[in-house]
Amino acid sequence: MSDTTDSGPMLAADGTPLKESLGRALRRQKIRALALIAPLLLFVLLTFVIPIVSMLVRSVENQIVSDTLPGTIAALSEWDSTQGDAPSEDVFQNLFFDMFNAAEAKEHTKLGTRLNYENTGLASLFRTSGRSMDDIGEVFQDAIEDADARFEDGAFWYEMMSGAGGDTLLADRRTRWSALTGDNMSGDVGFAPSQDIAALLPITTAAYTDFAIWTAIEDEDIVAEEDPWEAVYAALAVDLRDPSRVAAIASYSGAGADALQALTATEMPDLTFTEAFADLDEDWVSPDVWETVQVYSPNYTPGYFLNSVDRELTIDGVEARPENEQLYIKLFGRTLWMSLIITSSCILLGYPVAWLLANLPVRTANVLMILVLLPFWTSLLVRTSAWKVLLQQQGVINELLVWLGFVDDANRLILMNNSTGTIIAMTHILLPFMILPLYSVMKTIPPTYLRAAKSLGATNWTAFWRVYFPQSVPGIGAGSILVFILAIGYYITPEIVGGTDGVFISNRIAYHISRSLNWGLAAALGTILLVLVLALYWVYDQIVGIDNVKLGG
Amino acid sequence: MAQTPEGEAFVEFERVQKSYDGETLVVKDLNLRMPKGEFLTMLGPSGSGKTTCLMMLAGFETATHGDIRLDGKSINDIPPHKRGIGMVFQNYALFPHMTIGENLAFPLEVRKMGKSERDEKVKRALDMVEMGAFGNRRPAQLSGGQQQRVALARALVFEPELVLMDEPLGALDKQLREKMQFEITDLAHNLGITTVYVTHDQTEALTMSDRVAVFDDGRIQQLAPPDELYEAPQNSFVAQFIGENNTLSGVVTQITDDKCLVRLDSGEEIDAKPVNVSQVGERTTVSIRPERVETNKERLSDDAHTLKAEVLEFIYMGDIFRTRLRVANSEEFIVKTRNAPDQPRLRPGEHIEIGWLPEDCRALDA
Repeated sequence: MSDTTDSGPMLAADGTPLKESLGRALRRQKIRALALIAPLLLFVLLTFVIPIVSMLVRSVENQIVSDTLPGTIAALSEWDSTQGDAPSEDVFQNLFFDMFNAAEAKEHTKLGTRLNYENTGLASLFRTSGRSMDDIGEVFQDAIEDADARFEDGAFWYEMMSGAGGDTLLADRRTRWSALTGDNMSGDVGFAPSQDIAALLPITTAAYTDFAIWTAIEDEDIVAEEDPWEAVYAALAVDLRDPSRVAAIASYSGAGADALQALTATEMPDLTFTEAFADLDEDWVSPDVWETVQVYSPNYTPGYFLNSVDRELTIDGVEARPENEQLYIKLFGRTLWMSLIITSSCILLGYPVAWLLANLPVRTANVLMILVLLPFWTSLLVRTSAWKVLLQQQGVINELLVWLGFVDDANRLILMNNSTGTIIAMTHILLPFMILPLYSVMKTIPPTYLRAAKSLGATNWTAFWRVYFPQSVPGIGAGSILVFILAIGYYITPEIVGGTDGVFISNRIAYHISRSLNWGLAAALGTILLVLVLALYWVYDQIVGIDNVKLGG
Repeated sequence: MAQTPEGEAFVEFERVQKSYDGETLVVKDLNLRMPKGEFLTMLGPSGSGKTTCLMMLAGFETATHGDIRLDGKSINDIPPHKRGIGMVFQNYALFPHMTIGENLAFPLEVRKMGKSERDEKVKRALDMVEMGAFGNRRPAQLSGGQQQRVALARALVFEPELVLMDEPLGALDKQLREKMQFEITDLAHNLGITTVYVTHDQTEALTMSDRVAVFDDGRIQQLAPPDELYEAPQNSFVAQFIGENNTLSGVVTQITDDKCLVRLDSGEEIDAKPVNVSQVGERTTVSIRPERVETNKERLSDDAHTLKAEVLEFIYMGDIFRTRLRVANSEEFIVKTRNAPDQPRLRPGEHIEIGWLPEDCRALDA
């Protein structure tokens, strides 16, 4: 007897601790096992996990607002929506420059679409206003060019703005562009803003830098040869409104100093951006619109999720959506309820078949098994379309019932384009997924149990109910989980035979993915569906126990 | 052929036939009468029809022809759950989702017995098989032997008068099997229940039964108490199937009522007791038990016929010696001798003469 009780850890023959020794021996096995599953793991990761995660991230992503209107959002943070007034001129001024850039990049419509999910009407507001940004800028351009013709020349502008020390500004504007467009906007701009002019005319320099980056990288033109955008003129006009800058210009000696000094003497149009936007659309001065922009300005938002449960985010917190816009809770409820009905019908129809399969002689059972598997050999679309043929009002079933006299010709049953159609067709399609697990569990229940029960005095029914049925419950569990989870996410069948009453949440998800292009909402709905399934799985585990689920053996 | 005991039969098979496919008979013309309280074993190789007979008695198979009676009443049309026959299955068939107590209570529950009476009977039945402490366990938590006892208790708890057992000890190891054999017979005799026991293990059949029915080819080949079955097999199948046996084939040359002379195929002549032969010239298989062969010529009567034998192998087995001989062209002739001080130990290559008492050598069908 070796005494190991008090002598510390057990040692291997060479003196190393036994645990370490064992770990080393097992490591090679682990590595080999990992290598065997690596291809599949990689495949699943690339084609399943990563797309799903990236899709789910969309459900909370909201960078588009701050990416498209960076200056506006910053200025808007000081606006108090509860006052009931429109935001300050500063906000509108920023909006002009943000919108101008967005319109150049054709990104303003995307933002409009995004905000339209939260406040209907914003899509057209952004779309139509985007077109008019040039018009607003032209007012200032005309005034400046009238005052001094040198401002008509792109090369003059280029010379005036170029210089050294403005690299930070260039990098900053480049980052804004790449956030707006999604491109990295790298490459040689062929222009560097002067530090001096940036200090003198900050807004103008920023606007000109924006113009320069876009011209050089997106349009692939030479900056010096191009005339600046209207926004640059507007920016100059804005800079000149500031008396301190006018004073600074007087003592400025850089390129174009005389032109600028001459310009300070000229009267600039007194158009405010607030007026300009109000002229475009009255909605721009409506606090309601700005409230939406402010509420949805953070980079991440619960808005899609709230939308998924018929709620919306307002400045006062979470509120229920108007009655006529509520849709998703009802749809989730219907999806769950109908999946439950489908699962129960599958149990009722599948149990006797599985019992026959498990208890018939092998040869007969094989034939029956082929019949059960037959649907798998037919396209899902074909099967569902076949149900369409059967279920329609002039279809096979109705004709038969009318012919047999069960149904009056004038009152044919409506079996399709409603929930009845979905339930009938989906029960049929999912039935094999119930039968197969049931069968494989029943196959393992020896017939002697039934005989034993009968020999002990139980009638056929008692023997079945007290002895056979409890042992087949794991099969029912496995089949139910399978059918329910498949049903809850089903798409094609409800789409074809469901009409409007019989569609599932997945049809709505598909709609948002491919029609309305509201991917964020689709992702949120999908996430909720996923969580719902996992939650049900957990509940099931608590009640029935996952250990009790058998697919066979 | 089957000997029917006097008095009223409790279980009775009369001209019972069974066919599954309508072409071959699995059970052919079965006649059997069992008095109350008897322990009868159906013994036979697999496919001999013994289990089918048991299933017909239990009601899980219906006889194609003939009558099965229980206590004088035909039970052909009575469904199994109304027959009131206890049954122990090969793999015990204890319900895995119920505790031991629930398993035992099941037959009482379906008989609508009150809870207190039920509990008492379950307890008594469990105590009877010394499993009283296991009422709350599940079958999977018990060993094979314990499950066996529970299965037995469950078959007895509703006090049936007839208990059927289908190879109940097949899954146990040898030692436990021997212990359980004793326990089962003890229990059956103490309770006075009638038992039909099916097995393919002849030792089990011989040690446990009042009578043994040897099945082959859908018929009872012999129905007799164990000693008679062993010592006086009625035909060569029974002789071969029960215990170890030496067979030699030959032709009858002389025959009287209790003795005949057989010329073996090797030309030698031996004495035998005619069992299945009736006339001179008939071919026969003579059968002699290994322990009845005499190697010491002095112990035989003077006029006994002897055979020349060459020792091929000598195996020391402790209590006995087992010697393999070449006799009359057969190399599989076995002799068993008791390990006694005066018993010579034969060496391979030795030539001896062997013989036996004429009544120990039975001339059976060819």
